Amino acid sequence: MELVIAAAIGILTASGVWLILRSRTYQLVIGFALLAYAVNLFIFSMGRLRVNAPPVLNGSGPVDVAAYTDPLPQALVLTAIVIGFATTALFLVVLIVSRGLTGSDHVDGREG
Amino acid sequence: MWYSGLLAVIVALPFAGAVLAALLSSNARNAEAWLAGTVAASALAITITAFPYVSNGGVIRHTIEWVPALGLSLTFRMDGFAWLFSAMITGIGLLVVIYARYYMSPKDPVARFYAFFLAFMGAMQGLVLSGNLIMLAIFWELTSIFSFLLIGYWHHNQAARDGARMALTITGTGGLCLLLGLILIGQIVGSYDLDVVLASGDLIRSDDLYLPALVLILIGALTKSAQFPFHFWLPNAMAAPTPVSAYLHSATMVKAGVFLLTRFWPVLSGTPEWFTLVGLAGLTTLLLGAYFAIFQQDLKGLLAYSTISHLGLTTALLSFGSPLAAVAAIFHMVNHATFKASLFMAAGIIDHEAGTRDMRRLSGLFNAMPITATLAMVASAAMAGVPLLNGFLSKEMFFAEAIEEHQRSLLDGVAPYVATVASAFAVAYSVRFIHTVFFGPKPTDLPKEPHEPPSWMRRPIELLVIACLVVGTIPALSIGPLLHAAVVSVLGDRTPAYSLSIWHGFNIPLLMSFIALTGGCVLYFLLRNYLKTCEEGPPYFRRIKGQRIFDQVLITVSWRWARWLESVLATRRLQPQMRLLVAAAVGAGVWAMWGASSVLPDLTVHGLDPVLGVLWAIGAFCAVAAAYQAKYHRLAALILMSTTGLVTWMSFVWLSAPDLAVTQLLVEIVTTVLILLGLRWLPKRDESIPPRFDYAARFRRHRDFALAIAAGMGTAVLAYFMMLTPVPKSVGDFYLQRAYSEGGGTNVVNVILVDFRGFDTMGEIVVLAIVALTIFALLRRFRPAEDSAQLPYQQREQNEADSVAQDREVGETLQDYLLVPSIIMRWMFPVIVVFAAYLFIRGHDLPGGGFAAGVTMAIGFLLQYLAGGTRWVEDRLRILPIRWIGAGLIVAAMTGMGSFLFGYPFLTSYFQYTEIPFIGKVPTASALLFDLGVFGLVVGATVLMLIAIAHQSLRVRTRASRSGAEGGQG
Repeated sequence: MELVIAAAIGILTASGVWLILRSRTYQLVIGFALLAYAVNLFIFSMGRLRVNAPPVLNGSGPVDVAAYTDPLPQALVLTAIVIGFATTALFLVVLIVSRGLTGSDHVDGREG
Repeated sequence: MWYSGLLAVIVALPFAGAVLAALLSSNARNAEAWLAGTVAASALAITITAFPYVSNGGVIRHTIEWVPALGLSLTFRMDGFAWLFSAMITGIGLLVVIYARYYMSPKDPVARFYAFFLAFMGAMQGLVLSGNLIMLAIFWELTSIFSFLLIGYWHHNQAARDGARMALTITGTGGLCLLLGLILIGQIVGSYDLDVVLASGDLIRSDDLYLPALVLILIGALTKSAQFPFHFWLPNAMAAPTPVSAYLHSATMVKAGVFLLTRFWPVLSGTPEWFTLVGLAGLTTLLLGAYFAIFQQDLKGLLAYSTISHLGLTTALLSFGSPLAAVAAIFHMVNHATFKASLFMAAGIIDHEAGTRDMRRLSGLFNAMPITATLAMVASAAMAGVPLLNGFLSKEMFFAEAIEEHQRSLLDGVAPYVATVASAFAVAYSVRFIHTVFFGPKPTDLPKEPHEPPSWMRRPIELLVIACLVVGTIPALSIGPLLHAAVVSVLGDRTPAYSLSIWHGFNIPLLMSFIALTGGCVLYFLLRNYLKTCEEGPPYFRRIKGQRIFDQVLITVSWRWARWLESVLATRRLQPQMRLLVAAAVGAGVWAMWGASSVLPDLTVHGLDPVLGVLWAIGAFCAVAAAYQAKYHRLAALILMSTTGLVTWMSFVWLSAPDLAVTQLLVEIVTTVLILLGLRWLPKRDESIPPRFDYAARFRRHRDFALAIAAGMGTAVLAYFMMLTPVPKSVGDFYLQRAYSEGGGTNVVNVILVDFRGFDTMGEIVVLAIVALTIFALLRRFRPAEDSAQLPYQQREQNEADSVAQDREVGETLQDYLLVPSIIMRWMFPVIVVFAAYLFIRGHDLPGGGFAAGVTMAIGFLLQYLAGGTRWVEDRLRILPIRWIGAGLIVAAMTGMGSFLFGYPFLTSYFQYTEIPFIGKVPTASALLFDLGVFGLVVGATVLMLIAIAHQSLRVRTRASRSGAEGGQG
């Protein structure tokens, strides 16, 4: 399980990094989105991987901490997902506007 | 006992007054003057009452704890020396306020003037009353800043702007050096508390860091007190209104430098380094300043150079290191402040009433303004050191100290001669001031008819001149106790026996005074005719202008070198920057993990889950494929990327993160739609650009590939090791245990978001709102590129098919496109709204919550746009996303502030369960209300972004239809 997720993080990071080093703005948008998946998974995995232990308490009695996974990374990732969406949207719009202004979709605003 | 909190009051009072003054109407001259006068007078009165408690070496301290855990506190400390300065700052401040009331023109925005003036007074008070080195440095910088604002008060004037900038650059740089020096002192002593530092003189002087600390502090003090070679900013600061020059640039701010030297005199002085550095600066400044002053044509210029020279005298006295010299220095600071402030005010009156300050044009004003002339004469005599005036006394002490031997060196040997020559110069420029301005033929071409000023404009000068006379004739009775208090507080048990009498018999100092007085008069009468017509500035030195050197340095550093650095190091291309960033990140990771093999966990491969493995085989394939396709096949890349997103979503479901799964899935949908909307504005592949396979391009690709692999491997290894390391004690347990008992919810993730870490969430939603508004603003001015402006190819083709077909209207095919799904989407709207409400309400206890519900709601709106087109929706439904954002923010913030009403900090939550008919027990925590704010904001922000992009087609269409092209559906 851990190996799979670690490999997944690695591959997503590599694909994302490759894309953000490219020259077309759209490649960067996709690249950052992939990187965001990788980063979210990475933060999430810092709480360790558990199956069948969601941090939703059953009942109001005393809490057995060991029965639940760590809720903190999840809370962090939850906001990160929403902010990641906002960033993607912003990049996309900057891309569109820059393309409208410069006529090029090269990251520097001109071919070359 | 005197209440020590009043120390904080006399520092804070001027600042409070400054805020009030800024709020008054800009032409309320009387109200402003009354306000500022009251502030200065109250501070002065409070200061005076403190005197009995500091008069005999007593110290008043007041500490306001700020962050006690870090040892940070506001410490105010007043001893006799600080008292003397505090009294001067408030006393002369009061006089200048009265003077300024008459000096400032009704056209000047006086609110700004008095606000800055009072703020400066507060900064100066803070500086002299600081009991902590860091605090002192902060107030020191504040005086520089307010001085900058006051010099540049007439900012329409180029000279004022330049002078202000130069003063700020020089004193500000000095202030930074001072801060460094004080930090070094703090490091040596182990405390920033002034009392501790003052008690550790031997420790400091014997430390290796003594010399660097001394040099840095001296740079701070010498720049502030306009000492050679930093003196040239002061004459340029004369572009300030005269009350400012009288207050800041003669009586108070420039004294801050010598104040600091005196303050640290007990701990820093007495070494050869101190004597050489301070003495060299002081004596050079004394001589050069006096020499330059003779050849000024501007009255204020003369006074400015004279101030520089007198500050040089004080500095030289401090350099000697003997207690008697320190007494003389303190005495001279007070004397100089009184006569120089009055002279500046007199110069201001002459300027005000005669319309010019140029001594080549002024003459014979005695008949027009006899009282002002008399006052100016007495003050000038004090400046020249004529007996029976205060200037004489301290100058005699200076002479007496100059002939003493302090450190065997050339500098010590020349000191008496320098002192005598500089005093002769001082006599010469004082005589020149009086003789040129008030005597001689009647003035001919003055801009105004000169006359006496309003009597209250003269009052401050009268008071100061009386002070000069009183101190000059009965020093022991007038200034004696005050001086004693100051001297004892600085020198402690090293306080020497000194005599303040005006007659010490015939001795060498008296002879030096005599030589200076006669020599000065002779010098003036020799130079008289030359001075009447000569240019500004002294002969031989006229060409060497500090200002020009300063400008050259500034241009070289901030322009040439900056440009050169930029051309060498910077690039405007994004890719090299990104490459550098990634490489740095990889490098940092490798560096951190280097040698970490000793702490590696047990690396046995745990049961490789086959299903998850297959899932991620698909996910990884899609990610790589997306990376491969993103350049030319954007839609494919988008679909592949979304698939990866779905695999991520499934992993969240699998790995006990239901909340993440819900959010991820919803956000995935919105992201995909958003990018789909954007695709239309991207250019087609330009076939004329051939794919490059040359050596350079291949090298670039290989290098990037290697970087990407390195980054991927790095994160994978790091993540793997981390996951196999046993969990340390996590704060997560804290949240798990308290989520229900203190947050009233069983969904711990949601409770963390809206309750425990509500403030963070507040920040997050603000970011989201900012992003949405940025997108909105960016797209409002959007102009698409030529080739994307027309209708998409597919729509055109369908419209063409319509126009060819007999039975179809143009646009009908588009209208009917995906008709069945459209209708289903329309019908789904209420269902989605209910679903969103459901997600929202259960959020506190089960997966869901404001974020998820908000995105769901946004998807609901979005589907309507997809189904019916922008026009169709907006004819029927007015969504005002900006209002949603605003309402969300307000609800969240108000919920947070609601806890203030019950006396709790921001965002303290309250909860209980309420019974609602038919629905049952519903948790009604105040956090739910906060979550409602989150919900509103997320809906608004998401919809705003999507609609802003969707509207582009409409706007382009409108523009196109205006120019005759046919319309279609969006």
